[in-house]
Amino acid sequence: MDKHLTVPFGEKEATELRSGDYVYLTGTIYTARDAAHKRMFETLERGEELPFDIRNNIIYYMGPSPAREGRPIGSAGPTTASRMDKYASTLLDLGQRGMIGKGKRSEEVRKAIIRNKAVYFAAVGGAGALLSKSIVSSEVIAYDDLGTEAIRKLEVKDFPVIVVIDSEGNNLYETAINEYKED
Amino acid sequence: MRTIHVNEITRNVKEMCIEANHYLTDDMKAALDQAAQKEKAPLGKQILNQLQENLEIAAKDMIPICQDTGMAVVFVELGQEVVLEGGLLTDAINEGVRQGYTEGFLRKSVVKDPLIRENTKDNTPAVIHYNIVAGDKIKITIAPKGFGSENMSRVFMLKPADGIEGVKNAILTAVKDAGPNACPPMVVGVGIGGTFEKCALMAKQALTRPVNQHSEIPYVKEMEEELLAKINQTGIGPGGLGGSTTALAVNIITYPTHIAGLPVAVNICCHVNRHCVREI
Repeated sequence: MDKHLTVPFGEKEATELRSGDYVYLTGTIYTARDAAHKRMFETLERGEELPFDIRNNIIYYMGPSPAREGRPIGSAGPTTASRMDKYASTLLDLGQRGMIGKGKRSEEVRKAIIRNKAVYFAAVGGAGALLSKSIVSSEVIAYDDLGTEAIRKLEVKDFPVIVVIDSEGNNLYETAINEYKED
Repeated sequence: MRTIHVNEITRNVKEMCIEANHYLTDDMKAALDQAAQKEKAPLGKQILNQLQENLEIAAKDMIPICQDTGMAVVFVELGQEVVLEGGLLTDAINEGVRQGYTEGFLRKSVVKDPLIRENTKDNTPAVIHYNIVAGDKIKITIAPKGFGSENMSRVFMLKPADGIEGVKNAILTAVKDAGPNACPPMVVGVGIGGTFEKCALMAKQALTRPVNQHSEIPYVKEMEEELLAKINQTGIGPGGLGGSTTALAVNIITYPTHIAGLPVAVNICCHVNRHCVREI
C-alpha cells in the first residue's frame, strides 16, 4: 500500500506501517554509516551527548558521492545495513525511530525494532542517481573530517522507501522471497 | 617496437573511471530491459523500472549510477612490443584514478590501511592486474567495484570428489547468502580451477565478460544456463524484495588445477556491473 509520511514521526505512525508498504517520506532525516556509528558509540561510552537528538529520528545508512555545483548532493543510495547491526539496537533503545538501508538485519536488531516500536525501511540499492532527486538539501552537522561518512542532515521530499521490518517484527525479505520461490 | 607515453595512459584511465561510473555497457542495459519486461512480481517490476530510470538520470545529469563508485580494479594487457616512456605504468594508472575520481565528482571510498582506516581522499591506490600479451598495444579494462556485493563474495576449496554438483551447490549457496545485501539483480562471476588466488582473479575477470555471451566450453555454457535458471527460482528478486529476477547472468571461467583440488570462487556484482575497455 502506498503511504505518505512526514519525518520525524512517533510511535503511533510507526505502528501503523506494515511490512511491504511503499512509503514516501517528506521532512528531515540524518545520514550515518560505519565510521559515524563507531564514533557515536564512542561518544556514548564516554557518557557524552550524541551530535543530534536521535529521538523519533530516522537514520539513513548512506555516504553520498560529491555534489556537482548547484546540486544539493551527489549520488545517494543506501548502503548495506547489517554493518550497523552492532550499534543499531542501542540507538533504537535511545529512541531512534528507524533506519533506511538495504539488506538483512540481525535478530537482535529485529527484537529492538519490536521493543521500541520502530521500523526498518529499504531504499532501492544502486539507484543513487534517482534517489538523489528526492533530496532537497544536505548539510554536514558532525564529523566533517569523515568525508562521505560525516553525519548529514537531509531535507527530503517524497523519498521512496519500502517497509521491510515493521514494528511487529514482520520481515519482507523472508515473506516476499517465499512467495516467489520455485525450488 | 612501439613507444607510448605514460601520460596517454593517465588520460585514458581518468576518462574511463568517469565513463564507467555514469554509463553501463549496452549488454547490461539490454539485460535489465529484458528483465523488467519478464519480471513476475509487481514490486520487482517497479524496482527494475526504477533502475532503468536511474540509468537515464545518471547519464543525463552526470550523477554516478551508484554512490559507491567503487575501488578501481584495473586489468592491463600489455603487448610485449610496447615501450613505455615518461614514468612507471603503475604510477600513471594511479594518477588517472586520482584525477578521474577527483575531477569526476566520484566518491573516495579507499582507506590507506585496512585496520587504521584513514581515507586516502583520492580513491587510490587501484587494484591492478598485469598480463603480458603479444602485440604492440595496451588494453585497459577499468572495473570500479562496489563493496555491497564484494562483501558477499566467497572462495570454496572443494575436493575433486565434490564434482560438478559440489560446484553448483557452492555457487547457489553464495548467491542465497548474498540475498538482498548484494543489490540484486546480480551478475555472478565464477572462477573454477587454478589455485586459491587464481580462481578469485578469474571470478573477477568473468564479471567483465558481456552478460549476453556464454563460455565457449559446451559443458560450462550449460552450467551457466542451468545456474541462472536456478538462481532466478530462489525468489530473492529485485532488491531482494521477491521476484523472478535475482541474477542477470552467470559468467564462468575455468583453468587447469592440481590433482588434489577443486577451487571455486564466486565474485558477486550488483546490477551496477561497471566496466570500460579501451585499447591504446
